[in-house]
Amino acid sequence: MTVQTAPGGTAAAKAKPSELSFLGALQANMRDYGLLLALILIMLFFQYFTNGVLFKPVNLTNIILQNSYIIVMALGMLLVIVAGHIDLSVGSVSGFIGALAAMLMVGWRFPPELAFLAHPLVAGAICLAAGAAIGAAQGYIIAYHRVPAFIVTLAGMLIFKGLSLAVLAGKSVGPFPAEFQLLSAGFIPDFVGPITMPWLAENGQNVVLHSTTMVIAILAVVGMVFSAIRGRARRKLRGYDVEPFSLFVVKNVVIAALVMFFAYMLASYRGLPNVLVVMGILIAGFVFLTKKMTFGRRIYALGGNLKAASLSGIKTERTTFYIFAIMGALAALAGMIYAARLNSATPKAGQGLELDVIAAVFIGGASALGGVGQVAGAVIGAFIMGVMNNGMSIMGVNIDWQQMIKGVVLLAAVFFDLYNKNRSA
Amino acid sequence: MSKTILEMRSITKTFPGVKALSDVNLDVVEGEIHAICGENGAGKSTLMKVLSGVYPHGSYEGQIVYKGEEQHFRSIRDSEHKGIVIIHQELALVPLLSIAENIFLGNEQAKGGVIDWDETRDGARKLLSMVGLSEDPDTLVTNIGVGKQQLVEIAKALSKQVQLLILDEPTASLSEKDSQALLDLLLEFKKQGITSIIISHKLNEISRIADRVTVIRDGRTIETMDTDQITEDRIITSMVGRSLDDRYPTREPKIGDVIIEVKNWSVYHPQHRERQVTKDVNITLRKGEVVGIAGLMGSGRTEFAMSLFGRSYGQKITGEVIKDGQRIDVSTVERAIRNGIAYGTEDRKTFGLNLIDHIKHNVTIANLPGISRWGVIDDLTELDVANDYRKKTNIRSSSVYQTVGNLSGGNQQKVVLSKWLYANPDVLILDEPTRGIDVGAKYEIYTIINQLAAQGKAILVISSEMPELLGITDRLYVMNEGRIVGEMPTSEASQEKIMRAIVRAEGKAS
Repeated sequence: MTVQTAPGGTAAAKAKPSELSFLGALQANMRDYGLLLALILIMLFFQYFTNGVLFKPVNLTNIILQNSYIIVMALGMLLVIVAGHIDLSVGSVSGFIGALAAMLMVGWRFPPELAFLAHPLVAGAICLAAGAAIGAAQGYIIAYHRVPAFIVTLAGMLIFKGLSLAVLAGKSVGPFPAEFQLLSAGFIPDFVGPITMPWLAENGQNVVLHSTTMVIAILAVVGMVFSAIRGRARRKLRGYDVEPFSLFVVKNVVIAALVMFFAYMLASYRGLPNVLVVMGILIAGFVFLTKKMTFGRRIYALGGNLKAASLSGIKTERTTFYIFAIMGALAALAGMIYAARLNSATPKAGQGLELDVIAAVFIGGASALGGVGQVAGAVIGAFIMGVMNNGMSIMGVNIDWQQMIKGVVLLAAVFFDLYNKNRSA
Repeated sequence: MSKTILEMRSITKTFPGVKALSDVNLDVVEGEIHAICGENGAGKSTLMKVLSGVYPHGSYEGQIVYKGEEQHFRSIRDSEHKGIVIIHQELALVPLLSIAENIFLGNEQAKGGVIDWDETRDGARKLLSMVGLSEDPDTLVTNIGVGKQQLVEIAKALSKQVQLLILDEPTASLSEKDSQALLDLLLEFKKQGITSIIISHKLNEISRIADRVTVIRDGRTIETMDTDQITEDRIITSMVGRSLDDRYPTREPKIGDVIIEVKNWSVYHPQHRERQVTKDVNITLRKGEVVGIAGLMGSGRTEFAMSLFGRSYGQKITGEVIKDGQRIDVSTVERAIRNGIAYGTEDRKTFGLNLIDHIKHNVTIANLPGISRWGVIDDLTELDVANDYRKKTNIRSSSVYQTVGNLSGGNQQKVVLSKWLYANPDVLILDEPTRGIDVGAKYEIYTIINQLAAQGKAILVISSEMPELLGITDRLYVMNEGRIVGEMPTSEASQEKIMRAIVRAEGKAS
């Protein structure tokens, strides 16, 4: 079926298949990678002003550990914000779940037949389920009763702040069993065994690499390059334009080099932290969900135009409900990571975290109106905040100044993003 | 010889990558009604934005001479200061403010920042009487109909001492009666010496009131016609480039068995539980048949269609739908789609499209299972589908990655159609499929409808343009106040016959 043009209609302006030039493609890529570039520039800036402390293996590992719970929650928050909602309760919920975990594993004395509840794995599963249930309850009210998310989750924030206090009876509870601490403080075991690199010795100190970390990184890079090559071949086979080969090579080499560099840094300290493995799996999962799955597509559709989405057969209520349930489960995971890191649950834990999480998502280019936002952006946004916290602390910048600078960066990032969009429109 | 009030000379306006206007000339004589015609995307609105200062001086090339002086408008305020007022297609009224507050918005009758309410109300009343609107100035704008809102906009323009009134598609969303009233008002203004520029797609209106017509095509002025030269055919010829012999493509109807039957369909208003908007509607469609529903605005046609499509409108819905001899479940949009029913909305921007996303994602959204397996989308298959439908429906865009919000109305409508074509329904309901789009795109959409019918699908077209219904359908239902009040084969139908059915029903109702 082809439409004949109207007898008098102007002939369709045949769009030429766009020949991608190296520069044009580079420009298009720059827009995509601008945020990553900003992160790298910020890191180099602090590397200089902290006299090289920022890139020390131990510090890079710290940055990851310090920001893991923010990133975990930013993944869920991205879905929430793309769907055109907001979740103010995640900080309190994560605090409450941390408290619940502490009480299950340490605080409550169970009778012997229920003692299995205190096992870290069982307790962890209960906590995840509780988080999902909390998110689902809020999501139910938001999706099916159409109470604005801002209000529902504001109420949730107050409720769970209070519940944490009540559960902990106002005290800190800890320490956690050693197995549970591994979640935040542990590193993956070195199956291959350490390698000494005498030729890299600095000041007479040998560099000892955690070789399993290097093996995993190499496998990851090979996998990434392989799938990029396959994707490119598939596009070509189906007759679509691909970016110039030179740029393709440059891009893959740069990304592979970056990954290998960070792997090397981590390997020369204690290897991959457990929590980074969890994060890596989650990030990959959420990228897949938003980019490749129909569920993700539906989120963008309903965030872009709710009415049009529901008139296209999308079950908008159910989708919204699931998004908040996922957010709840991630807040629970973040709460456990946070508690394991502090090695105790405190009534104040998690408070205010929601703002860092939301800021990360917006710095990452999501739109407050919904329908726009990327997982990678949210993760990079979280790292931008995290690196700034870390770098300024090392430089000895006072906390008051830190707050103000972070505020200005958030504002500037969103302002610049909008400015760019308006200019290209 | 009357004198020229406005002259736009060699206006050229470039957007990144696109030349929207290229060497456009327009001269408007004092006291005339000057119409500007052109297809969607021809550059009419851009030209008016240049004139009113939305695009400030310096962002375009060329000269604007108004009342003998060259003007350098930097904002709307500048142009309004000189008495040039533009009324956009989308009204710029604040719904929850009163008529009087809206009229004097930004121009408050105040002393030292304190509003003089007596002055405001008196002034509003005076202006309202000038536009023939008898409403209390304290009524909230949201509580009056679109036709009256349009009049409030004009009253607002009058309050700014308007000398050159520009109306962009003023009658697009008005009923026949309100449109007539508005056009009469423009003729009245003409007597008072106010010059008007009107942009419209409705050629019958233009030939009725315009003194001169300027046609713009592809960002260029094609010609300016004087009163005695204006005919609909000539305008169309200029707009599309060649003469359009036939506004409706011909087809040989091949009508098969009954495919769908709607029985005793009743719907109540979503807010007012007592108000019944659709009353015992019975309709039947056959394979390969194009059926129209005619009726006035507010006759319940859209409400009927939307309630049928997954109960998207109304409450207390009763009645049954029988397809291929079997009762089917249409209680949610998803089930309706799965049972082979699709509904293309009358309001594509609000209900039809995700304007911030690109063509590809909009085309596939109603049939994601078609491009995915186990919930995972195959992006190249999706790209194939989008490219395929872009070609089939002749969407004019740089690629399927163009943002839908940046397309012209006709091309947006083709995206909506593509979406439903890809969902592959057996019954396609199209609500005002050609509203606000130009002649060429209309023809293309009729062609698509014909091709669908040829494939054995049933198409139900709701339209307020009677010539369109008479031109493309096989059979017509007439709806009035929620009831089907007439049914006739199109070959025996005429505008008079349709109107008679409506009037007869009105008589019976009262």
